[in-house]
Amino acid sequence: MARMIAARLLDAVPTVLLVLTLVFVALRLLPGDPALVVLGEYATQEQLDLFRREMGLDQPLLWQWFAFVRDMLTLDFGVSMITREPVVQLIGQNLPYTIELTLVATGMGLLFGVPMGVLAAVHRNRAPDSGVRAFSLIGYAIPDFYLGALLLIVFALNLGWFPINGGGEGFWDRMYHVFLPALTLAFVKTAFLGRLTRTALLETLGKDYVRTARAKGARENRVVYRHALRNALLPVTTGLGLSLLATLSGSVAIELIFNRPGIGELLISAIAKRDYPVIQGGVVVFAFFVVTVNLLVDLAYIVIDPRIRAQA
Amino acid sequence: MSSALEPAQDLAPEEPRFAALRRLFSRERPATLVASAVVLVFVVVALAAPWLAPHDPLAQSYLRINTYPSAEHWLGTDQFGRDVFSRLLYGARNSLIFGLVSPAIAAVVGTTLGVAAGYFGGVIDRTVSRLIDTLLAFPELLLAIMVSAVLGGGFWNVVMVIAVAFVPGFARVARSATLAVKQEPYIEAAVAVGLGTMKTIWRHVLPNISAPVVVLATLWVASAIRLEASLSFLGLGTQPPNPSWGNIIRDGLGNIFGSPWPIIGAGFAITVVVLAFNILGDAMRDLLDPEIQ
Repeated sequence: MARMIAARLLDAVPTVLLVLTLVFVALRLLPGDPALVVLGEYATQEQLDLFRREMGLDQPLLWQWFAFVRDMLTLDFGVSMITREPVVQLIGQNLPYTIELTLVATGMGLLFGVPMGVLAAVHRNRAPDSGVRAFSLIGYAIPDFYLGALLLIVFALNLGWFPINGGGEGFWDRMYHVFLPALTLAFVKTAFLGRLTRTALLETLGKDYVRTARAKGARENRVVYRHALRNALLPVTTGLGLSLLATLSGSVAIELIFNRPGIGELLISAIAKRDYPVIQGGVVVFAFFVVTVNLLVDLAYIVIDPRIRAQA
Repeated sequence: MSSALEPAQDLAPEEPRFAALRRLFSRERPATLVASAVVLVFVVVALAAPWLAPHDPLAQSYLRINTYPSAEHWLGTDQFGRDVFSRLLYGARNSLIFGLVSPAIAAVVGTTLGVAAGYFGGVIDRTVSRLIDTLLAFPELLLAIMVSAVLGGGFWNVVMVIAVAFVPGFARVARSATLAVKQEPYIEAAVAVGLGTMKTIWRHVLPNISAPVVVLATLWVASAIRLEASLSFLGLGTQPPNPSWGNIIRDGLGNIFGSPWPIIGAGFAITVVVLAFNILGDAMRDLLDPEIQ
């Protein structure tokens, strides 16, 4: 098992390099002259030269790439062009809010989604199944920012049950502030995880070991929860990683709606202000997130699934 | 259903079209019928927006800013006094264009990459596969946000951003379908009679991998519409003053303490249209390609 984990960890190295190279290509090559993009058409030659020197744009491309990868890996994102604060500090201030939102939303999604999937699978093709199917169809169709806006209008503005903005101070206040945004993201996640659990559980319920368990006279609850669901949770784990990343991308819009601090809010306002180093930092942090979550999912798979372990 | 389809596909790849259509709209699938009707209405509204819209979607008036719905302005007006209902109708046009153009571009680019990887193998396959695997790890929205963070908004940028987000998916499907087709005797026969590589791919590989690609493209019309709305909501998509369902909601949020109707109207439109395209896409998938899940 240790060897498999080491191999997977090693495999992440070229992935990280590839992702950073893609970000590099996107940030440095695609927009044409970044100096012109950032400073605008009316910048003087001196301003352009200064910007190019500061960003290292006057260096050979290969060296620029090397310096970029080195800086990103050491989390040296430079300073904001507007506030002159180090970008890593800005990210450090905002990241906890985004992580908090993503984790709470994921927790809620699991809490609702898995039982919903079980309900649907156990009552296949009957009313609960149709209900869950209808719910997930709507969950897939409704944009999270629309749902967020609706929840904000109803529960925060009209009923006044929840705060309309901010991230909160101290644990309970933060949980209070995160509830509505997280609920929004959890809605979509519940639809996804519910459908995933249903499919996976239906598959394991048809397996021989489930028939054996039933033949032994095990009670239905025990068959479902102990024999079928445990095995069905394997694909759910992979799906959880995927949906964690989907939640992360959804959090960008949700932070905007609920006026919450976070990486998405930071990135979007940086784009509006053309704050190039902050944009770069935000994009790279998202990329690191994606690589890390995928790595963790694969590692979790190695640890959880005895069949994969047995191959080593 | 799959066992009934398989032999037919082997013997006669060109199944009569009407049979497929008839099955798509059979009485066993009432949802498909309703979904088709919604899509039809959506397309008609998008095409006929200039004639249907009661007002000019760009006309501003400072005499009627942020008003509630009335007989004249069904969804009220926004912060520039523009008629929200007219903007919604024109927004349909915007959504239709993105919904069709982006998946189409992505299908062409992705299929090219996937077929090249699957057919030639070796270094090309390893490079493309690595690229696909890496990009597939990114959710489409996140990829789109990251790319448009760099490129900025504007019509063609957004078309490209959404296309880029979809390319890896098409490439993967095209690659695995090509790998399967490559094993078929007719490819061996084509190569044996001396047909050139490009001709073999064009005449024998592409037609035989088209089903899963078309299904995927159909499924992604909905995703493209959603994605464009999300990007426009974030200010990265369709740029004001041009109307898009996403930026109507964005504008509505600016007047959140006033009338909620612009948000409700535009969000409802997105939800219903995406839902309809999803149902239709699912039905197409079940019909054309029972293998993809």
